[in-house]
Amino acid sequence: MRENLHRFFRAARGAGVRVSPAESIDAMRAVAQVGFADRDILRDTFLLTLAKTQDEKRALGECFDLFFSQPEPQQENAEQNKTDDTSESGANPSADEHGDAAGGAAKENLGPLAQMLLSQDRSAISTAIANASGAASLPDIRYFTQRGIFQTRILDAMGIQRLRDDIDEQTARNPALAERLQEALNGLRGTVRDAVSQALMLYGREEAENLRNEILRNAPLARIEPRQVEQMRALIRQIARRLRERYSKPRKRQRRGHLDVRRTLRRNAAWGGVPFLTAWKRKHRDRPKIVALCDVSGSVARVSDFFLLLIHSLHEVVDDVRSFAFSGHLIEVSDILESNSPEEAMKEIMSKVGFGSSDYGNSFADFEDNWMSAITPQTTVIVLGDARSNNLDPRADILRRIGERSKRLVWLNPEGRMVWGFGDSEMPRYATFCTVVRQCATAQQLERAVSDIVATYQ
Amino acid sequence: MADTRPTASIEAVESGLAAQGYIASRQIATAVYLSQQIEKPILVEGPAGVGKTELAKAIAAWRGMKMIRLQCYEGLDEAKALYEWKYAKQLLYTQILKDKLGEVLGGAQSLAAALDQLHTFGDVFFSKEFVEPRPLLQALEQEAGCVLLIDEIDKSDAEFESLLLEILSDFQVTIPELGTVSAVAPPTVILTSNSERDLGDALKRRCLHLHIGFPEQKLEERIVESRVPGISQTLRKQMVGFIHEIRSLDLKKLPSVSEAIDWARVLVLLQASELDTEIVKDTLNVLLKYEADIEAATPQISSFIAKASRQGVFS
Repeated sequence: MRENLHRFFRAARGAGVRVSPAESIDAMRAVAQVGFADRDILRDTFLLTLAKTQDEKRALGECFDLFFSQPEPQQENAEQNKTDDTSESGANPSADEHGDAAGGAAKENLGPLAQMLLSQDRSAISTAIANASGAASLPDIRYFTQRGIFQTRILDAMGIQRLRDDIDEQTARNPALAERLQEALNGLRGTVRDAVSQALMLYGREEAENLRNEILRNAPLARIEPRQVEQMRALIRQIARRLRERYSKPRKRQRRGHLDVRRTLRRNAAWGGVPFLTAWKRKHRDRPKIVALCDVSGSVARVSDFFLLLIHSLHEVVDDVRSFAFSGHLIEVSDILESNSPEEAMKEIMSKVGFGSSDYGNSFADFEDNWMSAITPQTTVIVLGDARSNNLDPRADILRRIGERSKRLVWLNPEGRMVWGFGDSEMPRYATFCTVVRQCATAQQLERAVSDIVATYQ
Repeated sequence: MADTRPTASIEAVESGLAAQGYIASRQIATAVYLSQQIEKPILVEGPAGVGKTELAKAIAAWRGMKMIRLQCYEGLDEAKALYEWKYAKQLLYTQILKDKLGEVLGGAQSLAAALDQLHTFGDVFFSKEFVEPRPLLQALEQEAGCVLLIDEIDKSDAEFESLLLEILSDFQVTIPELGTVSAVAPPTVILTSNSERDLGDALKRRCLHLHIGFPEQKLEERIVESRVPGISQTLRKQMVGFIHEIRSLDLKKLPSVSEAIDWARVLVLLQASELDTEIVKDTLNVLLKYEADIEAATPQISSFIAKASRQGVFS
C-alpha cells in the first residue's frame, strides 16, 4: 500500500499540486490514522494534508478520483471481451466444443498468458496488467510520444511473445482456438492502451504542460497561431502573477546609520533634547507609474495585445497605468482595458485605431498635444513598436521631450536588432533619446523587460 | 475537566462540536481529528463569517481547555506576540537591590574580584521572573494544554509568519537569554485567514489546510436550528433557501453564516411566521452590508421568496 501512496503523490505532483517530502510524510501519518476503509475520509485527508490552496484542492480532488478509478475501465473492457466471447461461442457452439475438446489436450502447451486469457479471469488480468505496468515503470511516462513504447513494454512483460507463438502454433492445429486467442489479444491491447493513456493523464500532465509553456515562452508573439492565443494568455497571466508576487510587497528599507536629526530632536523635545529615542532616515520608495504607448498596426498588434494584458494585470505592483494605442493616430485605451475582458477590449481598440499604417510622428504629436501632462518625473514611459514609420516624419524631437519629462523612457521593439535601421525603420534615431532599448519578441523577453522596469523602483 | 487524550474518532469530534452548538461538516471534523492525531496546526481559510473563529472556540469549549487568542494586525511583533522583558521591574529591582549588592560585593578587594563575585550570581535580571509572557508563550506554558487561536494571520506582516514557524512545527520558542522553551503540553493551534494575501509556503507546509466555504443548504439549516432554536421549521427552510438564492447574485459581500444567524434572530424577534416581501425589504440590511448590494438584490426579492418557499414544499 505504501507503494501505492507514493504513486499517488507522484500523480498529485503531475496534477500540479506541490507535494514536498515533509507533506507526504504528514499525509502518510494521517492515512495511518484514518485507514483506507472510507474513501471519502481518505479523500478529505489528502485534501487537508497535501493541497494548500483552493486551486490545488480542486486539482487534487480530480487527481484522486482519476487515480482510484483506475481499475474500472479495465474491468469494463474485460467484461466486453467476455460478452463478445460468449456471444461468439453462443453463435457456433459446435466450433467451441470442438475447440475445447481439441484444446483440452492442447492447453498444457499454451503459455500462462494464453491460459489466463482463455480462463477470462478479469481480476487476474487486471492484476497482471498492474504488475506489468510496475515492471515497465509506467509511472515514469512523461510525454504522449512515449505511449507506444510503454504499451510494448507492458505487453512484453506480460509475455506477449509466448502468446504469439501459441497463436501461430494453434492456427495450423486448431483454428478456432487461435481465433479466440487472437480476439482476446486484441481486447488486451485495448485495455493496455487505456491503462497507458490514463497513466499519461495522471503522471505526464505537468511535464507536458511545462514543455508546452517552454516552447510557448520562446515563440515569437507576433507569429503564434490563433489556437495558441488562449494558452498564451494563460501564460501571460502566470507571468503577471509571478511578477506580482515578487514585487507587490514594498519592502521597508531603512538606511540605518543615517540619523534623521530633525525628527530625533522633535521626538525628544519632552526630555529637553536629550536623545532617548532616535529616528533614522528612511528611503522613500514609490510604486511605478507607467505610461505605455503601443503600436497596434498590423505588424505589432499581437505583441501589443499581450503586453497590454500583462501591464494591466499588475495592479498590486504598479500604482498607475495609462495606456495609449496608435497606428495612424493615438487614443487613450486605459478605460477600455479596465472595463472589458481582454478579448473584447482588444477588438474595440482595433476597431478604433487598428489596422492602419503606422505614423509615429503624427501619433507622438497627438500625445504631446493632449496627454503630455500624464508624464511626471516618477513615470516610466514604455513605447512598444517596430519604429517603422513608412518614411513619414518621425518627430524624434517629441520623443526627446518625453524622455526629458519622465524618469525613464523604455523602447521595446519586437523586431530583431539586425534589422533596426534598415528600410523605413527609425529605430537608431529614436534610440538616442531612450534610456533603454530592447528587443521584445517572445513572452520570455516580455517578462524580463517588464520585470526590469518594475525593479528599478524597488 | 481538561481532556488531553486524543479523541477517539471523527464521529466523536462531530458530536462533541455539535454539543457546543457548532455543526461541523465531515471535512471540518476530519481536520480536527487529524490535527489531534498527528499534532499539527490547522490553517483555516474562507470568507468572513463562516465560523472560522467559532471553530476554535467550540474546540476549546468541547475539550474543556483554555483558549488563548492572538489577534494579528499589521505591525504585530515579537514583543506583543511572544514575550517581553519587564523593563520597569528590572529597573526597580536594581534600585532596591543596590544596597544589597553593596553588601555582597563589600568584601571584594579589587574590581576584578567584585566582578568575579557578581558572575557567580548568574543572570539575575534576565531570568524567567522578568519575562512577561505574551499569548504565544502563554500557550506553551499551559500545563493542561490549550487551544491557541492565531486569528487573521493574513493581516500580519510576512516577517511575523517566520516567527511562528518554530512554534508551529516543534511547539517551542527560543528566547536568546533563556534558551529554548518547549510546550508543557502541545497546544491545539488554529490559524485563520481571509486570504487577503497569500501566505508563505513554509507556513502552509506546517499546517493542515482547511477551507471552509459557504455550507450546503441542509447543513446551514442545521446550523441555524442549533443557534436560533426558537425559529419555526418552515421559516428556517425559507430563509436559508432565500440566502442561497442571494449568494448566487454577483454582490460585493455575500451574506455568510453569521449573517444568516443574525437574520434568523431578527425574524424571530419580529415574530415573523414566514417570509414575505415586506419583511425581507425591511430587514435586508441585516443580510447585506453595502448599499449597492441591497439595491441589486431588492428587485429580485419576490422571485427569490417564491423559489425558496417552493423548495420548502418539496424537500
